[in-house]
Amino acid sequence: MGTWTPTAAGLVPAGLTQSAARGGIGESVRRPDGALKVTGAFAYSSDLWHRDMLWGRILRSPHAHARILAVDVSAALALPGVHAVLTHDDLPAAQKTYGLELADTPVLADGVVRHHGEPVALVAADHPETARRAAELIRVDYRELPVVTDEASATAPGAVVLHPDRDDRHAYRAPHPNVLHRQPIVRGDVAAAARRADVVVTGDYEFGMQDQAFLGPESGLAVPAADGGVDLYVATQWLHSDLRQIAPVLGLPEEKVRMTLAGVGGAFGGREDLSMQIHACLLALRTGRPVKIVYSREESFLGHAHRHPARLHYEHGATRDGRLTHVRCRIVLDGGAYASSTAAVVGNAASLGIGPYRVEDVEIEAIGLYTNNPPCGAMRGFGAVQACFAYEAQMDRLAAGLGMDPVELRRINAMRQGDLMPTGQRVDSPAPVAELLRRVRDMPLPPPLDTEDPDIRDLPGGLANTSHGEGIVRGIGYAVGIKNVGFSEGFDDYSTARVRLEVVDGEPVAMVHTAMAEVGQGGVTVHAQIARTELGVEQVTVHPADTQVGSAGSTSASRQTYMTGGAVKNTCGAVRERVFAAGRRRFGGDRPAWGGAGLRLDGGKVVTADGEVLATLAEVLEGEEPIDLELEFRHRPTEPFDPVTGQGFGHVQYSFAAHRAVVDVDVELGLVKVVELACAQDVGRALNPLSVVGQIQGGTVQGLGIALMEEIRVDPATARVLNPSFTDYLVPTVLDAPAVPVDLLELADPHAPYGLRGVGEAPTLSSTPAVLAAVRQATGKALTRVPVRPEHIVD
Amino acid sequence: MEFLRPGCWEEALAAKAEHPAAVPLAGGTDVMVEINLGHRRPGHLLDLGRIGELSEWEVGEREVRLGACVPYARIVGELGRELPALALASRAVASPQIRNRGGVGGNLGTASPAGDAHPALLAAGAEVEVESVRGARRIPIDEFYTGVKRNALRPDELIKRVHVVRATGPQQFSKVGTRNAMVIAVCSFGLALHPGSRTVRTGIGSAAPTPRRAAEAEAFLAGALAEAGLWESRRAVPPSVAKRFAALAAGACSPIDDVRGTAGHRRHAVGVMARRTFLWAWEAYRNGAEGAA
Ligand SMILES: Cc1cc2nc3c(=O)[nH]c(=O)nc-3n(C[C@H](O)[C@H](O)[C@H](O)COP(=O)(O)OP(=O)(O)OC[C@H]3O[C@@H](n4cnc5c(N)ncnc54)[C@H](O)[C@@H]3O)c2cc1C
Repeated sequence: MGTWTPTAAGLVPAGLTQSAARGGIGESVRRPDGALKVTGAFAYSSDLWHRDMLWGRILRSPHAHARILAVDVSAALALPGVHAVLTHDDLPAAQKTYGLELADTPVLADGVVRHHGEPVALVAADHPETARRAAELIRVDYRELPVVTDEASATAPGAVVLHPDRDDRHAYRAPHPNVLHRQPIVRGDVAAAARRADVVVTGDYEFGMQDQAFLGPESGLAVPAADGGVDLYVATQWLHSDLRQIAPVLGLPEEKVRMTLAGVGGAFGGREDLSMQIHACLLALRTGRPVKIVYSREESFLGHAHRHPARLHYEHGATRDGRLTHVRCRIVLDGGAYASSTAAVVGNAASLGIGPYRVEDVEIEAIGLYTNNPPCGAMRGFGAVQACFAYEAQMDRLAAGLGMDPVELRRINAMRQGDLMPTGQRVDSPAPVAELLRRVRDMPLPPPLDTEDPDIRDLPGGLANTSHGEGIVRGIGYAVGIKNVGFSEGFDDYSTARVRLEVVDGEPVAMVHTAMAEVGQGGVTVHAQIARTELGVEQVTVHPADTQVGSAGSTSASRQTYMTGGAVKNTCGAVRERVFAAGRRRFGGDRPAWGGAGLRLDGGKVVTADGEVLATLAEVLEGEEPIDLELEFRHRPTEPFDPVTGQGFGHVQYSFAAHRAVVDVDVELGLVKVVELACAQDVGRALNPLSVVGQIQGGTVQGLGIALMEEIRVDPATARVLNPSFTDYLVPTVLDAPAVPVDLLELADPHAPYGLRGVGEAPTLSSTPAVLAAVRQATGKALTRVPVRPEHIVD
Repeated sequence: MEFLRPGCWEEALAAKAEHPAAVPLAGGTDVMVEINLGHRRPGHLLDLGRIGELSEWEVGEREVRLGACVPYARIVGELGRELPALALASRAVASPQIRNRGGVGGNLGTASPAGDAHPALLAAGAEVEVESVRGARRIPIDEFYTGVKRNALRPDELIKRVHVVRATGPQQFSKVGTRNAMVIAVCSFGLALHPGSRTVRTGIGSAAPTPRRAAEAEAFLAGALAEAGLWESRRAVPPSVAKRFAALAAGACSPIDDVRGTAGHRRHAVGVMARRTFLWAWEAYRNGAEGAA
């Protein structure tokens, strides 16, 4: 273990059924698409092209809430080059809405728009510029309606109800129709526990609206097929979930909508909801021509769900010796105009709401609102991020109140294996919270700032030349977080993998076919590694992801290596048994060893437990049909949280990461330079250490982004988005990204394939509060809101 | 959209006279963004890329004659001695890709209050040489900015070059943004000491409807330096002087709240930058520096 270095060879995996093949698990196998992406040769969904294709364009609402009095498309239709203009009235099927969890989102606005940028009409034309002009020629008469933008306005007496006829499964529990979902969690007796507290701290925190800010805009190509169906090539996170939502709106059976994953330019949750999929299909089916849609950058900012902004209230109590007595909290998440995945985000925020700490007495309430703000849904960290920012700020406040070292306070209360979550779920695999904190604390500190002769690129402000060392104060902060892995609350979260093994020209060759969306996480690399390890075969091809194979579930919730990786491992195991069966049929009569236990596939051969070679794969499979199996794989079941107490075995697995942030702050100008963000994370087992470190570094920087700069600004008066462009939605540049030394811990989770833990999200949690803690230390300011802007530091 | 590609300056002027609404295209780093966002759909684009002289400069006795299309990267690399404030400002613009294409002519054409060249030009002293088929004229930089994203160009005029006064003393430029690179100014400040005339000039960016000088602050500082004989003695400046200068610079702002920053922070930050840049420049002057600090 120790600090990871890129050259380190993989460790020999523990508990393996198969020996390590070259390019197998544990090695830092390089991505197949890495060089293509770096050199600009990779084909993204926006590069798709088809002979005779048309360009689709979406007309969006300029208002956040308005009644549509009339739509006149005649001028647009009259424009030469325009092939179709569609509105809500043109939708072909009875089903006219869609949604990830609840089908509450209109494909095209039905008499009312509920957020800025909501799709109102579609155009297909022979040139993108023609399509743009045609969209401008569509006349829509709006009557603006009042907007609700926060808890107070959404639940005020007489507030407009955004979805008046709700009959969804959360509606009966919701305290107000503009509250989409509410999840309380109650454990122990908080009132009694609070009386034991020597120190109580409270805090109100605010978390801004972060965007996934992927670089590849929403795009895809729909091609009408001779059978009346459609072939859709699109960048998404879950092909089968898209399919389930698309087909009914088109009035087609699912088999007539064939989907293939196109090159994905980043996702981070922002492609879990549909974007242009249905729109392109509708236009293709209407015109009989292939239709391509590519969002502009502005449209991308308006056209996908963001991370929920949140307001959080916390109360923490502790005895003088630093033991937590109780935690109370209330988390209000703004889901915007449509449900997206708000209910699940509420479940996560509630169940992970107090962090990786042992507390007997807890009262948590999380709610998700319907407002006229932009819809919010999935983003890396999914509800756990907002809570972590607040509970870690509270832990620092509490430490200050107790006069205790903040890391020591965390260590005293750190959760361990066997402890209970506030939901009553026992954490039944390693939970090395204290160990991770110890590791980040013990990593060597970066050298102090050279204030005599600094390189200004190292200073806050950088080459903008704001300081030559004046006004700069260093701060150090710590944070740790807990994230669930996989889909929770009783969801049947399975993955499917098809594996084919055959002999081609005397060489054994395997093919792995799944519907997993490769969004940059490296699944395609890891799946091939797993197949090599499990089948002892070097030549492995990964089939393009499509819906001709069963669902792989979502590329989200840090789940794909666990779930689809697990599915590949599982199917490979079954394929292996077929190989042994074939070998027994052919050779078993002569060699009793074929009947023995512990046969393995290694280096293209069948090998006994003692290492004796029984036959080559070529000999066994010669003249046989290829072995071709498609199997589903499930993690252990979870259960919903009780609607009143929040108790329940809700999560599949937990993952933990800790950060130490070192920052330099120009306290006069309010500018921050993050010097270093050290991370320690338990990954269970690093199937590809290079990929794992990449995930941790990326997640860490995304956490820095929300700490210091990333925010979708929404005008509270009109609910319009003020900065839908990279000019004013700032993401960290290379000069903002600090060194991110990573310390990997590999404690196996006995329930998971290879003992692995999903890694993609946990580092996004603790990065933000660690940066905030460091900036607070440097400035002495309370800083209860992210992103921190210069004026918050200076005022 | 028609794309006009004049091969020489005279052709460009003729084209502009014929199509006064044509949009000149230099590096395109503003123009293409506006077209992409649909903010602008000009009937004609007038590409200046084939007019070689616009990408050249000459260093004269008193001033640098800087072609309108000289990219920032070359100003950073080659004019740091003559135009230190402008070179520092150019260094703070965007990213290497943008600095390889964008230049001062385009910055002046856009005349955004946030443009980084403006405070440096105001501080150094400059004249914008513009021309049309009707003739040429030189517009003092102080008169060039007429409103938010508006300048003194007439519809048929093009910017040929900028005459920037060569530094005879230390100069500085500083910009506050909410990220450490590739950021549009929340506010910015340029400062130049002109020991020959015993004057100080300044430029404030992004803290008023147009780039502007902090006239009162300049006058105060020049007076304070002269009164105490500091130009001659090159002694340290009393902290009270730097403080007063900073307060007057802040007072010269008339900023607004927007998504990039608050009015209050802009005013405050201009004051901090004024104090720091002046102290750096004065320190350099005390050490005998002529050009860049
Ligand atoms: C990613 C990005 C980051 C940026 N960051 C910054 C930054 O940090 N600081 C900053 O100041 N700017 C920034 N900009 C804006 C832009 O780069 C600058 O304003 C640059 O100076 C424009 O120069 P250009 O040559 O590209 O001009 P163009 O885009 O070609 O032209 C700009 C305007 O000037 C007009 N024009 C150009 N040449 C002439 C001429 N000879 N006569 C008359 N009119 C003319 C054009 O018609 C147009 O209106 C950024 C832009 C981008 C895309």
